Amino acid sequence: MPLTKALALINDKRVRDWIYQLALIVGLVALTVYFVRNASQNMVKAGIASGFDFLWRTSGIDVPFVLTSYTQADNILGLFWAGVANTMLVTVIAIALATLLGFVLGIARLSSHWLLSTLAGAYIEFVRNIPLLFFVLFWYFGVIAALPAPRDSLSVFGIAFLNNRGLTIPLPDAPANFRWAIAAILLAWLAQWLVAFWARRRKDRTGRDAPVVAIGLVLVILVPILAIAWASLATRWDIPILRGFNYRGGFVVIPEFVALLAALVTYTAGFIAEIVRGGIQAVPHGQTEAASALGLRRGPILRFVTIPQALRVMMPPMTNQYLNVLKNSSFGAAIAYPDVVSLFMGSALNNTGQAIEIIAMTLAVYLVIGLAVSALMNWYNARIALVTR
Amino acid sequence: MKTTILAAAALAAGASFANAQQLAPSPTLDAIKARGNIECGVHLGLPGFSFANDKGEWTGLDVDYCKALAAAVLGDATKVKFTPTSVQQRWPILQSGQVDLLARNSTITFSRNATLGLNFQGINFYEGQTFIVRKKANVKTAADLDGASVCVAAGSTEEKNAADWFRERNLKVTITNFQKNDDAITAYDTGRCDAYTAGVGALAGQRVKLKVPDDHVILTQPISNDPQGPVTRWGDERWQLIVRWVLNGTIAAEALGVTSANVDEMKANSKNTEVRRLLGVEGGFGAMMGLPDDWMYKVIKQVGNYGESFERTVGMGSTLKLERGQNQLWTKGGLLFTPPFQ
Repeated sequence: MPLTKALALINDKRVRDWIYQLALIVGLVALTVYFVRNASQNMVKAGIASGFDFLWRTSGIDVPFVLTSYTQADNILGLFWAGVANTMLVTVIAIALATLLGFVLGIARLSSHWLLSTLAGAYIEFVRNIPLLFFVLFWYFGVIAALPAPRDSLSVFGIAFLNNRGLTIPLPDAPANFRWAIAAILLAWLAQWLVAFWARRRKDRTGRDAPVVAIGLVLVILVPILAIAWASLATRWDIPILRGFNYRGGFVVIPEFVALLAALVTYTAGFIAEIVRGGIQAVPHGQTEAASALGLRRGPILRFVTIPQALRVMMPPMTNQYLNVLKNSSFGAAIAYPDVVSLFMGSALNNTGQAIEIIAMTLAVYLVIGLAVSALMNWYNARIALVTR
Repeated sequence: MKTTILAAAALAAGASFANAQQLAPSPTLDAIKARGNIECGVHLGLPGFSFANDKGEWTGLDVDYCKALAAAVLGDATKVKFTPTSVQQRWPILQSGQVDLLARNSTITFSRNATLGLNFQGINFYEGQTFIVRKKANVKTAADLDGASVCVAAGSTEEKNAADWFRERNLKVTITNFQKNDDAITAYDTGRCDAYTAGVGALAGQRVKLKVPDDHVILTQPISNDPQGPVTRWGDERWQLIVRWVLNGTIAAEALGVTSANVDEMKANSKNTEVRRLLGVEGGFGAMMGLPDDWMYKVIKQVGNYGESFERTVGMGSTLKLERGQNQLWTKGGLLFTPPFQ
């Protein structure tokens, strides 16, 4: 009987689960379609333009700090990418520096030196209880107020100049040499990675150490120095000169970038320090004692016993902090740092009025970068996770 | 039987036409009357145009216009709720219906009119974009700004105007875009920029916010023409009609010599038919829009004509001390005029 068959299917838990999930998806899609249609119909009725054609219109907006080839004659899509690049730049550098500062602070907090640990503790408490916007504005207006006007710039060996319009640095006329230098540096680093890999394999097999550190010093530090030195000497430089209001030529690192970076780093470091402290304290004391009973000294204990175990605890909350840095970089809009929020959701939105499209695209940027960061961190987390046999 | 039905139909048709004049529906006007006030979107704080003093009282040219509208529609100039809006918020707030109109020192442009679903209902201020600079920088015209940093509000017409103007002249100027006018002017004041750019009227208003206003000078040569006026969203033609003609009415009143001081006398004794139509003595103009016939009488009695409002808010009677200039009547060498009340 087909009816009993159908009833049997409904009574099957797996089939039922499938039906529920299918219903949920269909419902979600229907709801989304309804909202989008509703919005677009209402917008047509109200005479508001919609669609993504505006991305190919000329932008006409001048951006003071661009990493891409964007100029004001480009289209709005170019403006969007310029904003995305600026968001990525400040996020990546802030994450690296905040991690470094956070580690130092976290370890200082655990130090047996009273003054050091108290200072670190005070800093952490201070930072964690103040809103980020305050940091951003403090650094921004603090930075500008502290720097001299262009005529009284602080000169760094007569080639770089610091004033309240930013740090003007020389720019090479021919960047080709630098491409070669960077290729050489990357090759050297790859070689070092291979050497370390080989040394580890050999140690596992024979128990003998190889001079990895000495080779590493040459490959990781000396090669880059030589490569950069060669590239710099072999090119002509566009050295900034004072003319009229400010220095001409070179590349300007704007104060908005410095202020936003400083705010993000000092703020996030406070949180990372606590994660580091928590991670280290989560390693049972017995582990350290066992290691010293084996005759290991403090350095190796930290390096081979404590840190590897602490990292496992630290990784998940660290991912959160990194994602926060990405999201918090949007505070740059408060101080005219030309990130994607300021340029795209600010200037472009106002010029075109296409709020829904622009906000959706900006959301997508944060979502994509955020998911990429968390995928990377999850991969690293899986790599260092305790291998159970 | 047939004739009875026809007669009844004719009677019904006649009766419904004989009723008060039929007007197109106006949901905005109905909502305002039900609510008892007009919701007017204004600038966050621009002395001379829309500025709330320490008692929370709003003053300014744009504010006066909102008050005039309230006097015309509700008979009471105080029945306005002011909604301060930033550069970014202004269009969405109007589009979404949170305010009935914007009187916000905003420039009329083609693309705003064509793609944002907005209608500009006339011009209450002819603005020209220029720069404020430090006196000691020795800048005479905008062309002297080669190499300078300029602060500007992001998303304003000024942002694009300035970029275009300098690019056309091959001048290298760094433009730093702030989300709020106030942030831009603060950054200029702290030395981040050599100049701040906005309209002449806006600069005159914001100059008083600087630490030492006398150290700064506003360049006289404008680089653009930025006419500004009240804005409504598309739809509801009758409401747009009212917004447009209250503005025209204040200009017409100045041209006809009707002021808040002589309006009672003019209403009682004037022989000029246009004055009589404007003040509702004849013509029944108010009823055509669904307003009382003395709509403009109340506006002029309570707020005054355009010239009175100008002098009080941005002109010689204010701290801004702006000349009438282009904002003078066309008969006196300016650009202001209104279609006739006929």
